[in-house]
Amino acid sequence: MIVAVAFYVFSAILLGSAAMVVTSRNPVHSVLFLILAFFNAAALFLIAGAEFLAMILVIVYVGAVAVLFLFVVMMLDVDFTALREGFQRYAPVGATVGVVLFFELASVLLGWRMSGDVSAAVLTRLPSHVQNTRAIGQVLYTDYFLLFQLSGLILLVAMIGAIVLTHRGRHTSKRQNITRQQERRVDETLQVVTVRSGAGIRELGLYRPIPVGREPVLAAPATTEVSTIVAQDQ
Amino acid sequence: MNWALAAPELVLAVSALGILLNGVLRTRDSTILCTVLAVAVCVITAVLVIDTPTATAFGGLFVSDAFSRYSKLLILAGTVLCVVLSLDYNSRQRISRFEFPVLMLLSAVGMMVMSSANNLMTLYMGLELQSLAVYVLAAFARDDIRSAEAGLKYFVLSALASGLLLYGISLAYGFSGSMDFSRIAQAVMDPAGVSAGLTVGIAFIIAGLAFKLSAVPFHMWTPDVYEGAPTSVTAFMSTAPKVAPFVVLLRVMFGPFGHVTAQWQPIIVLISIASMLLGSFAAIAQTNIKRLMAYSSIGHMGYALVGLAAGTQTGVRGVLVYLLTYVVMSAGSFSCIVAMRRRGLAVDKIADLSGLARNDLTLATLLAIFMFSMAGVPPLAGFFGKLLVFQAAVDAGMWTLAIIGVLTSVVSCFYYLRVIKVMFFDASVAPFDVRSRSLSVVALATGAFTLIFFVYPAPFLGAANQAARALFG
Repeated sequence: MIVAVAFYVFSAILLGSAAMVVTSRNPVHSVLFLILAFFNAAALFLIAGAEFLAMILVIVYVGAVAVLFLFVVMMLDVDFTALREGFQRYAPVGATVGVVLFFELASVLLGWRMSGDVSAAVLTRLPSHVQNTRAIGQVLYTDYFLLFQLSGLILLVAMIGAIVLTHRGRHTSKRQNITRQQERRVDETLQVVTVRSGAGIRELGLYRPIPVGREPVLAAPATTEVSTIVAQDQ
Repeated sequence: MNWALAAPELVLAVSALGILLNGVLRTRDSTILCTVLAVAVCVITAVLVIDTPTATAFGGLFVSDAFSRYSKLLILAGTVLCVVLSLDYNSRQRISRFEFPVLMLLSAVGMMVMSSANNLMTLYMGLELQSLAVYVLAAFARDDIRSAEAGLKYFVLSALASGLLLYGISLAYGFSGSMDFSRIAQAVMDPAGVSAGLTVGIAFIIAGLAFKLSAVPFHMWTPDVYEGAPTSVTAFMSTAPKVAPFVVLLRVMFGPFGHVTAQWQPIIVLISIASMLLGSFAAIAQTNIKRLMAYSSIGHMGYALVGLAAGTQTGVRGVLVYLLTYVVMSAGSFSCIVAMRRRGLAVDKIADLSGLARNDLTLATLLAIFMFSMAGVPPLAGFFGKLLVFQAAVDAGMWTLAIIGVLTSVVSCFYYLRVIKVMFFDASVAPFDVRSRSLSVVALATGAFTLIFFVYPAPFLGAANQAARALFG
């Protein structure tokens, strides 16, 4: 009795909040309704006796995914009203596709014949003497070891991908390289050039840092000469 | 548990991690070293593949037989060719990083797992590993907006296809009671007792895999992604990642669903005809050679699907030979396209090839060989693949498929020959930059294979025959 009441309460809240995720105007509210939907789905899993799935749903989806969504929604200033602009125009097309798909799936469901020995067809029976967390643990690292390792590789690829696509080595930071400082000599650091009076360094080509691939061009010696010391960029 | 059976995958995965570690720890740029190591690892893995016995491992999740060995060798060959081919292109495009060969190796691990899958879950894991690496590769030139767009487009659409595949897998599981291929086969032994749910499940599984194959009507992403991705990645996408979903499609259709041919054959026939038609007609209007190759690959997948639609052992043999010739021709054509570079900038218009024969006769001749072979002109390699699949279709009494196949081949000749005409008979423009030795090696090796395949095809046909027999076993 209590279970049935709980089931209907949780289901009703789940459906209601799922509808609110799609219809609510404020995207932050949508994400919060999504979190509520996850909590109710977790409760339904608990009622069904799948406590492991319930906990995973709360930890992974509420703890990580939904919070990430919330961050994305709040950080990126996405104009959701602009995204919905075409809604009226495309609604008939979407509705048609939806109706067709619904009837297809309904025909599948109506054609479902329960076989007489359903329990025999279920290969993995519900273990009565072990909790399902332990039951999953028993097969995950033994029977499904290969798949477990493959998931690890997939996560590794995701990590490599995130780093490759976003990480930029910082070239702007100026780090002190003591060995290099010690090894510097005067003649690689200082350059003595003659400069016409009144001539800017731009004309003389003594602009620093030196543009790649172009040697500084010295102007022809002038009548009045002034020696200048130009500190070279290393 | 029989670990040794997965030795090639384990070696490849662990070596990829080692190469990654090496690249991360060395302070100097080690792209070349990592690339060389990647090629070496692929060769070692190929030797291990040849050596693996026929059995199942990991509680029936994983199988090794002549079919998986043939596919794995083909996948490794495609990967090696593309790793070599990408070395020069990436360094000239300033996108050379050591993660590139590592991602290719991890993608190859996924593909090898796929071809050894004996369970729907193994299939899905392998497919995701393969695809995820390719998404990253497609967006590898991250400062190029087209590459980023290609990566994003491929990722979003492919995620949708993965969803379809998962839905199909869940339906197949629900209606047959197992994920294991042999148990599904037992459960659906009687074609009369197949429920509508299983048929829908099969249709969704085909849809998910057809997306990866870029078969019509799941092809929309192909031209844009091929054009936007860096050419080295496009080359990779059109070789090994086309083989793996195809062999997995063969295994699923003839393994678990081998007794319910009537449920999936019409779908495959439809996809095949649509792909052949679109591949040949839509390519005519293309001016970009990468887009042309995209439509060409859609067409080729259509021809190869003819062999699957035939539903016989000879059909499977035809598909396997077709995939072999397709991988070699594709890698060869892309090695020529990668060489298209003028004053340091990569060019990809067909018009840029104008008069190539006068500037660089070797490159023009090689590209002409690949184009003739793709068009299916005898005695080049491409002809044999087409011959075998059409023959299988005729033997199975599928005249419509064979006739449409031959007619669309004739249409596709037009655009392949147009490339040759542009190269040999149009006014010449400025020559291309000097191409690197690694590109020449790939182009010459694949060109030689395409050219002299007809002299001694027996070992390849024999291997394909053995692989097909293993599938029907």
